[in-house]
Amino acid sequence: MIATAIAFYLFAAITVAAGFMVIAARNPVHSVLFLILAFFNAAALFVLLGAEFLALILVIVYVGAVAVLFLFVVMMLDVDFAELRQGFLQYLPVGALVGIILLIELVLVFGSWVIAPEAAGIAAAPAPAITEVHNTRALGQIVYTQYVYLFQAAGMILLIAMIGAIVLTLRHKPNVKRQVIRNQVGRKREDAIEMKKVEPGQGL
Amino acid sequence: MDFLVAYGIPLAIIVAQSLALIVAILLVTAYVLLADRKIWAAVQLRRGPNVVGAFGLLQSFADLLKFVFKEIVIPAGANKGVFLLAPLVTVTLALAGWAVIPLDAKMVISDINVGILYIFAISSLSVYGVIMAGWASNSKYPFLSALRAAAQMVSYEVSIGFVIVCVLLTAGTLNLSQIVESQRTVWYIIPHLPMAAIFFISALAETNRPPFDLVEAESELVAGFMVEYSSTSYMMFMLGEYVAILLMCAMTTILFLGGWLPPFDIAPFNWIPGVVWFLIKVFAVFFLFAMVKAFVPRYRYDQLMRLGWKVFLPFSLFWVVLTSGVLVGFDLLPNN
Repeated sequence: MIATAIAFYLFAAITVAAGFMVIAARNPVHSVLFLILAFFNAAALFVLLGAEFLALILVIVYVGAVAVLFLFVVMMLDVDFAELRQGFLQYLPVGALVGIILLIELVLVFGSWVIAPEAAGIAAAPAPAITEVHNTRALGQIVYTQYVYLFQAAGMILLIAMIGAIVLTLRHKPNVKRQVIRNQVGRKREDAIEMKKVEPGQGL
Repeated sequence: MDFLVAYGIPLAIIVAQSLALIVAILLVTAYVLLADRKIWAAVQLRRGPNVVGAFGLLQSFADLLKFVFKEIVIPAGANKGVFLLAPLVTVTLALAGWAVIPLDAKMVISDINVGILYIFAISSLSVYGVIMAGWASNSKYPFLSALRAAAQMVSYEVSIGFVIVCVLLTAGTLNLSQIVESQRTVWYIIPHLPMAAIFFISALAETNRPPFDLVEAESELVAGFMVEYSSTSYMMFMLGEYVAILLMCAMTTILFLGGWLPPFDIAPFNWIPGVVWFLIKVFAVFFLFAMVKAFVPRYRYDQLMRLGWKVFLPFSLFWVVLTSGVLVGFDLLPNN
């Protein structure tokens, strides 16, 4: 499978390069555009794995919705590039310290990682071949049948988070004119128009 | 040598098929553009383009030449790379969607399992062309237009998604060819009539067609995100827009009007090849698009948002629940 290997290295290389450019690009909008490129190539890697459903969900959710809103916000920021470049050396020690702490923590976590003894058994259990079961169907069975309660719980948590965000940001200011659709739709011809018979030369 | 035989020949076939399809789409787009202008003119009792060629049939090609031979003007403050990338993104995405559209049984470039998700993903990406153009122009009207586009297209995708879910539940597959085949007994426009209406209106909003062309509303924003574009780059936006509209017409045909299937599977109808039926249906839907443009006044922006979030979203959600309830309750679930 030379073609698959070539495709893999191509997509993987672009993903890594785009990921690097996300933090290296000076302009934040360019960063978001590179992030989108990285998402795209990650989706292509999923396709190579035979997980086309996951690939397209990645594109729809992350590229089609999340990144659009991200771009929406970043575009509206008034960024002063000269100011951004200042003080790089000044912040470098703090940034490096945070980075090193994170790196040490990751090393500690992965160093003490033990694979559960049951895991080998689960992995060895007969899984249907990728050609027999569509991965859409397989995912559906796992999420909606096997782990349906956990899935519902996750949905509930997301709903609560959404309502929380709305409650935190919703403010009804007084003295603000709002469109009341009911009144607009309920308006009749008689409310808006008055017919007058105007005599010539007299006016109203 | 083996490598060339194993990969070279299929690659050459795919490239040839794609080129043939792209040329066909561009030709159809040229005449659809003309038809759009002619229908618009007819509604307003004008003649429309009638000078270039008989009945103006060569008008689109004259326009093409005019655009191509003009100079591309890039504003001084523009972000050059993104500015030039935006029209390319628009055209590429619009054309890419056609890769999975089945024109007839077996007449499709890539018959993938998740074809409908692919189309949904591609159409949700088309907002990037607008946003990038609006931001890169570094000018007020395009920027306002980009912000409007982002909000509008994301809102209407949600209801399109639920409409697609309804069809998927009934068809039991995500493959576009199989969705068409599952409509042999009845076209989905009959059981899913309200969803077909919602899909059509959302498609208008998704492709920025009137009455939802707030993104390029000339009375408020001059030409929206396209203000700073000229010559070929402007033409690419126009082209991308019309190809995307045709794609949406094709999607309406596949999801609700039975794709390439004849209306009745009896003698005079099934003599006509499927691709002809497909084209007839696509043009019929496009005629609706053109008529809506001609006689529906533009929406106000807050009404547009209200329609998307407060009317279409709850109703399509309700229809998803109703569809699944009926399918499970009457044991009609497709078991493939």
